[in-house]
Amino acid sequence: MNNRLRVLRAEHGWSQQDLADRLGVSRQSVNAIEKGRYDPSLPLAFTIADLFGLPIEAIFLREETPE
Amino acid sequence: MATKPSPAMRRYLIRLTTCMTLYVVLLFAVTSLFRHAPPTGALAWGAAVLPALPILGTFWTIFRLLEEETDEYIRHMLVRQSLFATAFCLSIMTVWEFLQNYEVLPPGNGGFGAAFFWFTGLGIGGMVNALATRGDCADDDEEAAE
Repeated sequence: MNNRLRVLRAEHGWSQQDLADRLGVSRQSVNAIEKGRYDPSLPLAFTIADLFGLPIEAIFLREETPE
Repeated sequence: MATKPSPAMRRYLIRLTTCMTLYVVLLFAVTSLFRHAPPTGALAWGAAVLPALPILGTFWTIFRLLEEETDEYIRHMLVRQSLFATAFCLSIMTVWEFLQNYEVLPPGNGGFGAAFFWFTGLGIGGMVNALATRGDCADDDEEAAE
C-alpha cells in the first residue's frame, strides 16, 4: 500500500520522531510505514488520519492494479 | 541514533536477566549436587528439572513481551524474529533426528537441545531484523542534514 505520510509530515515540518511522539509509536514504525515496508493496523491508520485531519483514503492509497 | 527501549522492553530485559542469573546459579548448583552427592528417586527428578525452569521462564518473558509491547510494528518484528527462531530450531532438530534414525549420527545431543537452537535462531532473527531496519539510521542522518 502506498501512502503520503512523508509528504504530510514534511508539510507540517515534523521529524519522524516528532510524528512518532504524536502517534505514540516508535520512530521505526513511522519509518517503516513511510517506506511502505509495513502497513499500519486500522486503529493506527485512523489515528494518523485524525492527526492530519484527513480521511484515511487521502493518506493511504491503493496499489495500482493492472487491468 | 540509539532508541530508548519501551516500558515493555525494559520489563523484558529485567525478567530475562533474572531468568538467566537463576539459570547459571541452578546449573552450577545441580551439576555440583549430582557430582558430589547424586540424589535418587523423586529427588533426582526434581533436582534435574530445576535448571530447566528458568529456561521455561525465558520463554514466558518472550511471550509476555509480545503481549505487552504496545508498538505494533515492533511487535510485528518480534513475532517475525520468533517465527524465524522456531523454523531454525525445527529445521535443525528434524535433520538431526533423521541422521540419528539412520544411525549416521550417534544418539544423544551432547547438551545441545532444542532450546539452544531456538535461542540461536532468535539471535539470528534479531540480526536479520537489524539488517532490515539498518536503513532507518541512514534516514536519521539524512533528516539531520536537511
